[in-house]
Amino acid sequence: MILERTARGIRDDIAAGRLSAVDVCRAALARIEQLNPVLNAFNHVAGDRALARAAEIDRSRASGDTLGPLAGVPVAVKDNLCVRGMRTTASSRILDRFVAPYDATVVRRLESAGAVIVGKTNCDEFAMGSSNENSAYGPVRNPWDQHRTPGGSSGGSAAAVASRSVMVALGSDTGGSIRQPASFCGVVGLKPTYGRVSRYGLLAFASSLDQIGPLTRTASDAALMLGVLAGPDPADATASPQPVPDFNAALTGDINGVRVGVPRAFVTDGVSDVVRRAFDDALDALKRSGARLVDVELPHARYAIPVYYLVATAEASSNLARYDGVRYGYRALAAAGSALGLQEMYSRTRDEGFGPEVKRRIMLGTYVLSAGYYDAFYLKAQQVRTLLRQDYDAAFEKVDVVAMPTSPTPPFRLGEKTDDPLQMYLADVFTVSANLAGLPAISVPCGFGEQLPIGLQLTGRLFDEAMLLRIADSYQRTTGWHTQAPAV
Amino acid sequence: MGAPLTIADVERIAALSQLELTADEKELFRRQLADILQYAEQLQAIDTSGVPATAHVHARVEMERRDEPRESMTLTDVLANAPESDPDAGLFRVPRVIAG
Repeated sequence: MILERTARGIRDDIAAGRLSAVDVCRAALARIEQLNPVLNAFNHVAGDRALARAAEIDRSRASGDTLGPLAGVPVAVKDNLCVRGMRTTASSRILDRFVAPYDATVVRRLESAGAVIVGKTNCDEFAMGSSNENSAYGPVRNPWDQHRTPGGSSGGSAAAVASRSVMVALGSDTGGSIRQPASFCGVVGLKPTYGRVSRYGLLAFASSLDQIGPLTRTASDAALMLGVLAGPDPADATASPQPVPDFNAALTGDINGVRVGVPRAFVTDGVSDVVRRAFDDALDALKRSGARLVDVELPHARYAIPVYYLVATAEASSNLARYDGVRYGYRALAAAGSALGLQEMYSRTRDEGFGPEVKRRIMLGTYVLSAGYYDAFYLKAQQVRTLLRQDYDAAFEKVDVVAMPTSPTPPFRLGEKTDDPLQMYLADVFTVSANLAGLPAISVPCGFGEQLPIGLQLTGRLFDEAMLLRIADSYQRTTGWHTQAPAV
Repeated sequence: MGAPLTIADVERIAALSQLELTADEKELFRRQLADILQYAEQLQAIDTSGVPATAHVHARVEMERRDEPRESMTLTDVLANAPESDPDAGLFRVPRVIAG
């Protein structure tokens, strides 16, 4: 079946004339149409546009043009990324009718590489959530168990890749939003180093933490995608001028002598038995492939959750001030026969347009930045953020990567944590550190517990995605977890 | 800090956030924000004296580009998503700002 293939394989077959991009696109669109009533992974599907672009790829091949590295590969894009002429809602009522007037840099790069964007995937509203239940368009369902969450916030992208609707998708990751849904859906999710990929055209949540990255089924496809996405961008001053290596060259299959750090003391409380078992088995597998396991300490990692929720919400409260009902998006209307003043229009628009989690985070962020609380909460969090970075610096003197489970538990049930925001936040315990320290991190499928996927997370040095991809690729060559497909 | 969050606190934050909350929302957020802030109090136990703040991981990298004029979005594109606008004048419309 076409959709079981990797992006690399599809691209090569299209380039060699063994497959047509239109046929691949049709297969993806049919699968999406079949599954969307069940999974709700897509907010909107752009079938005609996708078929037209696929036809262009087939024409360029027929006329002998050199095809890009993603030629004819169908890609799903998280709905917080701008695609010109396409609705871009961030799964928020406040942007329900927003049509992006420009392309995100990542979208431009994907399309220049020949990728075919098939639609926009569901997510938590403004990427705020760990279960995809904070979407104005309803939750996404986990392809492995429809009563469970696919994780969040890039739940739609993860479900689309896991359900063999597309081979690859884009997500964004502020505190784990690529890696945790990848773990919950049994796919690969890569959060690049902060600055590796331009954020231009990503609807901002927390600007010092947000990063765009790929969800794929193989580390090899993640390397292919990152090579297309990475690089400096005049439109984003934080997109780094660091040279982009050939990530494909990292896929040597050899991890002999690689040092894998294991923060045993941190990976204890709250980790379920099935996750612990899968994690230990994954470490054993790495060891059998020649990796050396080394104990490391991350003494401040246990504070990462409070630090993250203070820093991220502070930044969010500022970023989301732009949604005021004036230049774009929803505007509250006055009751018949009355008029709203400007202030009233702002506050009513925002109350009606934002969902509860977004309001909660704007309120929390506003509070921690307000006079009298700034030093005690926001500044303190930023100082502990420094200590956390120093923990990683010390660890990386001894090891090449740090290994942890991606999530302390397998996917939880829909509705299980919605009444208790703090419990939901604690689900991010192993993912938020990488964002706070700006480090690249990958989640790779490493087993199942009660038929639910479990992910292994590897965190690397700044700008050393190559090492993560090398280890994840090697691991996938010796294990078959990523080849198992949900029965959906 | 330390003092419990009151409804008046929530109303003050809501006003700063430009959010008009219902009575139910105020009570819900008072409880939930109090829980989260209480959880965050654990940071107070860490000695951070002399520790610099991290606002941004690449804060020391200077990023500059030439200040050259480039094409920007057209007025039509800019106004296309506005809830209310006057495309001929090239303006967004807002409710009356000054009474009278």
